[in-house]
Amino acid sequence: MAKQKIQIIVCGGTSCNGNQSELLIDNLRLELEANALENDVRVIKSGCFGLCNLGPIVKIIPGDTIYTHVKPDDARDIVSEHVMKGRKVERLLFTDPVTKKVLATERELSSHKKQIRIVLRNCGIIDPENIDEAIAYNAYEALGKVLTEMKPPEVIKIVKDSGLRGRGGGGFPTGLKWEIAYKNKSDEKYVVCNADEGDPGAFMDRSVLEGDPHAVLEAMAICGYSIESHKGLIYIRAEYPLAVSRLKTAIQQAREYGLLGKNIMGTGFDFDIEIRYGAGAFVCGEETALIHSMEGLRGEPTVKPPFPAESGFRGKPTNVNNVETFACLSPIILKGAEWFASIGSIKSKGTKVFALAGKINNVGLIEVPMGTTLREVIFEIGGGIRYGKKFKAAQTGGPSGGCLTEKHLETPIDFDNLIAAGSMMGSGGLIVMDEDDCMVSVAKFFLDFTVEESCGKCAPCRIGNKRLHELLEHITKGKGTLADLDRLKNMSLVIKDTSLCGLGQSSPNPVLSTLENFREEYEAHVTIKKCPAGKCKDLMEYFIISANCVGCTACARVCPVGAITGERKEPHVINPNICIKCGSCMEKCKFDAIIIQ
Amino acid sequence: MKTIKSPAELQKRKAEILQRMNEKEKIRIRVHMGTSGQASGAKVIYDFLKLELEKRNIDAVVISTGDMGYSYAEPTMEVTLPGEAPVVFGNVDKLKADEIIEKYIKNGELVDGILPANYRVIN
Ligand SMILES: Cc1cc2nc3c(=O)[nH]c(=O)nc-3n(C[C@H](O)[C@H](O)[C@H](O)COP(=O)(O)O)c2cc1C
Ligand code: SF4
Ligand code: SF4
Ligand code: FES
Repeated sequence: MAKQKIQIIVCGGTSCNGNQSELLIDNLRLELEANALENDVRVIKSGCFGLCNLGPIVKIIPGDTIYTHVKPDDARDIVSEHVMKGRKVERLLFTDPVTKKVLATERELSSHKKQIRIVLRNCGIIDPENIDEAIAYNAYEALGKVLTEMKPPEVIKIVKDSGLRGRGGGGFPTGLKWEIAYKNKSDEKYVVCNADEGDPGAFMDRSVLEGDPHAVLEAMAICGYSIESHKGLIYIRAEYPLAVSRLKTAIQQAREYGLLGKNIMGTGFDFDIEIRYGAGAFVCGEETALIHSMEGLRGEPTVKPPFPAESGFRGKPTNVNNVETFACLSPIILKGAEWFASIGSIKSKGTKVFALAGKINNVGLIEVPMGTTLREVIFEIGGGIRYGKKFKAAQTGGPSGGCLTEKHLETPIDFDNLIAAGSMMGSGGLIVMDEDDCMVSVAKFFLDFTVEESCGKCAPCRIGNKRLHELLEHITKGKGTLADLDRLKNMSLVIKDTSLCGLGQSSPNPVLSTLENFREEYEAHVTIKKCPAGKCKDLMEYFIISANCVGCTACARVCPVGAITGERKEPHVINPNICIKCGSCMEKCKFDAIIIQ
Repeated sequence: MKTIKSPAELQKRKAEILQRMNEKEKIRIRVHMGTSGQASGAKVIYDFLKLELEKRNIDAVVISTGDMGYSYAEPTMEVTLPGEAPVVFGNVDKLKADEIIEKYIKNGELVDGILPANYRVIN
């Protein structure tokens, strides 16, 4: 390889880009050319460094120097000092305001990055089909430690002390759950991993299983030891074929290595894991329905209590945890409860993986400490709203959750704050909406899902949600009244109170929360029959602004139903009674005279 | 012989694996091939790299891993040159992959579109 040349990496992420990093790149290139260095030193544009509030960021290799708050004019000093004389530009280095220490490299600055990867620690790093790679990255070390150095109550204590709460939605303290399962004595007990992941838009569990299956297998074995169970079951939807095949390979390899099966690592502890397939019904993610489905019965929930920890799979004590919950475990054992508890907010410890979706620039998975604010998630890590549009709302908790609005931007995201804000954590889907989204339609979208996914066992959910959906349909068609809004609310509350399982109990949440936060929008639909976001087709009207119309007749010629009239060179008019809202005229008009109202 | 008979033996095995991974002064390439990566074409990149690296006589290990979660920039891949920190590249198509081979893998010259680690790691 050639001798290492100097390379200047300039952050081109959304935030730095918004602060003139593009111009900085141009200036750097000009400065290099002015000094005849353009062939020796390269300038490269990169993605976000995760240091947005210190941006624009410039990194220089070799040496890994990081310059912060770099302005286009700083290009001169960077080239004349750093590149030509090998001297760092001191004034562009970051000084920690607290310790007064200069943090000059990316490594030293890493504690300023907003994301921490605990759950996703090995995703994209190890080959999931090669157990050796997992072992190289500490897999099964925690299991070895637990089996040789600890008694079950000691493990449970660590999990309790860590403050870990279930990532499957409810946020129930994991250590407490294990303790209950441990105390319920039985000849047989089960450890179940819930990998149903039915929340639309969520794919963190799938990514963990595909990227680091051993993390989950190991944690299940640790759980088995802690609650005195010898059998683990993973309930996964058959629609996740890649995750299934990687899990199978991982289980096979772990057995061959004696890390699952009889007499694990020679310690005398037996634990094996099997896979059970679901057909992909949302309700089967609910733990009692999940257990019935695994027993070969209909995937319908039953009343709790009894909780699975008392009477679960085949009537035996069963501990159900989510994939992400399990994925937190080995680091907790290896690094200690205090370490885990030092990350996150007061009552929600550790990190949470979110799947960012919708109108956000950086669609994908992120992992942040609990207590990160919505603003940091959307505007820093997520890169902000697409096409520079205005943020309107973010839905968390999927069809069971609610929306957060501008007034929630500074809210630290954790289990309790989300509930206080009328939403919930759910599995971690975070769907971002912008000014073009109609909140009535958003509520209707989630109700579409619930109506489809209701198992039909109880009337409030089966019939009530259908009625809710009809009311929303009415409203979006301009047939609703103000009284309908009260009806929506009352019916929602009844469904919540009387449904049997979590699905029905939470299904009206999107309606209640949009109604609460965007009442004016609902009112516009039912009083003046307008959709402020311009989404509800039945409430739109195409309209020609006469001041802009030059009378070119282009629109009238393209209209398929002859709804447009007007003399040449005179402003034209659309007859709303004939117009079928096809939009052709608006596309054709070169003078921006046609608008939707 | 494969079975690990004690936690101490696991540690020994780990040390051996690490040594094996490190002693081979080889170029390591990871293509992120979870469901999301594959849906955006990561398999094509994986096959392309395997074929082209061999054709161009470059000794490298190419492995497929799960996704990094950068859905907005997929397909993504990572290159670790011996003794260097890993570099992740986003929006990789065959053209980009070719550029990565010619510039970065052969000469250590970076190309546009690198995705710095925007997170802290725990180890
Ligand atoms: C309708 C409904 C769907 C659910 N879907 C899931 C799911 O897909 N994955 C999951 O882990 N938990 C799901 N849950 C929560 C489970 O019932 C259970 O609380 C969870 O698996 C417990 O694991 P944890 O304590 O680790 O969060 C769902 C609950 C309800 C009411
Ligand atoms: S609330 Fe809905 S999903 Fe739950 S049991 Fe009743 S009908 Fe089935
Ligand atoms: S929207 Fe379509 S139907 Fe209505 S006036 Fe324009 S071209 Fe005619
Ligand atoms: S650090 Fe530059 S955009 Fe985030």
